[in-house]
Amino acid sequence: MAMTARQRAKVSLYVQIGIFVVAVAALVLATDWKTVGTSVFNFGKIGPMFPNIILVGLKNTLVYTFLGFVVGLSGGLLLALMKLSSFPLYRWIATGYIEFFRGIPALLVFIAFGYGVPLAFGVQWNVTLVVMISLGMVASAYIAETLRAGLQAVPKGQLEAARSLGMPQWRAMVSIVIPQAFKIVLPPLTNEVILLTKDSSLIYVLGLTASQYELTKFGRDGISSLGAGLTPLLVAGAFYLVITIPLSLLARKFESRSARTKR
Amino acid sequence: MNDVVNSSAGNTGTINAAGVSIKDLRKSYGSNEVLKGISLDVAPGEVVCLIGPSGSGKSTLLRCVNLLEQPNEGAIHVGGFEATDPDVDIDKMRRKVGMVFQQFNLFPHLDAKRNCTIAQTKVLKRSQEEADQVAQHNLDRVGLGHLSDRFPDQLSGGQQQRVAIARALSMNPELMLFDEPTSALDPETVGDVLSVMRNLAKEGMTMLVVTHEMGFAREVADRVVFMDGGVVVEEGVAEQVISAPTQARTKEFLRRVLDPTHIEIED
Repeated sequence: MAMTARQRAKVSLYVQIGIFVVAVAALVLATDWKTVGTSVFNFGKIGPMFPNIILVGLKNTLVYTFLGFVVGLSGGLLLALMKLSSFPLYRWIATGYIEFFRGIPALLVFIAFGYGVPLAFGVQWNVTLVVMISLGMVASAYIAETLRAGLQAVPKGQLEAARSLGMPQWRAMVSIVIPQAFKIVLPPLTNEVILLTKDSSLIYVLGLTASQYELTKFGRDGISSLGAGLTPLLVAGAFYLVITIPLSLLARKFESRSARTKR
Repeated sequence: MNDVVNSSAGNTGTINAAGVSIKDLRKSYGSNEVLKGISLDVAPGEVVCLIGPSGSGKSTLLRCVNLLEQPNEGAIHVGGFEATDPDVDIDKMRRKVGMVFQQFNLFPHLDAKRNCTIAQTKVLKRSQEEADQVAQHNLDRVGLGHLSDRFPDQLSGGQQQRVAIARALSMNPELMLFDEPTSALDPETVGDVLSVMRNLAKEGMTMLVVTHEMGFAREVADRVVFMDGGVVVEEGVAEQVISAPTQARTKEFLRRVLDPTHIEIED
């Protein structure tokens, strides 16, 4: 009864398909389809979400993410350069910052800048500024590590060649090293944008006016107002995918391009 | 080739060659002393080849001249600059000193012409038009004027090295340092690079060349310096050092280099 390698592989495949079918069947049988129909896939009642979920929610999510990314990229570059500095104080500051903001939940940062800072300094920041700073400061920490890796991946000879042409250190970094580092980190940087897009939802902890709603807030609002159960969240989730899937495809394209040029 | 050089206008005129003077130079990495008191003078327009086994310190010596390595002791004068003066304007000095690396180190995100113009525009503040002209002239000079829009990864090793030479020349250096410029090349492209260097020597450029190309050293160098273990063991007229060395270590090294198939079992 000995089987050949090919037969064994075939049997193994059938077993795997069998397990998958049984698991799906069990899930389908265990589901309360009537409730799911009224409270998760109840698309009949979500009409009122449109068009504002696109015109306001999607737009705001994109705006918040973009602002956070701009701050994150500038802050991240500064931190990465500090971390590679020969001056120990800069390295310590950068390391402390990065460890701190990577280590605490982004939600706490939003609360700190949304409620803590206004309380402590008696200032009132508008929501956009809070998102920009909170998201940007968290993003800086992650992007700094990505950029640092990219800067270190540029061969040392590039800096030497630039310096030996008489370029000062900063000029060599700006014209020669940083452009190459960005090319290297484009794929991981795109992934950072995807994470940021999702983190922008944390703004829900702040009091928002209707025109400041982003996708998640629209979804949560819909839950209480539309009587369609969780369906509005499903819709909001779908719009996140509308943003993130093209970004993933973009990252993959960058990756294959850089793999090609490296040879 | 000389016609091209002499007929060109502006910044690419005659070479204003500088000399180098090195005195009692010492360099250590931790407890490992790589240069143990080197003294060497290169006159303006002179071509000096540094030869010696790997690890003898010749590349380190070359890199000390434009301060890619910081010497621990001793003095280096390049043109009107004292490189070892802590207050020297290092960037200003390096503009006078062209450097060619073993691994070319072309900027991969820029095409051949931009490789030659970027330091001209950013450091010398030349206009883009002038920089383009100088770049094109120097690419012509190394025989690659027709490939000025190619990126480094579209060029062969020998072509990349010639672009690297053109890039250095575009800054109108008064001294050129070559760090094993042909060691990373396919054998069939070595000749093109050497012939560019030969022409440069004829034009009167001061050149300090770390090389294993004994034929080139014999033919082009005014002087050859043999280094071993961080010291200058022997130096003199190229023909004499290579054909009739006086020191045992030089003889041994040259025998190995000139006849690599000669195998000697040591015990």
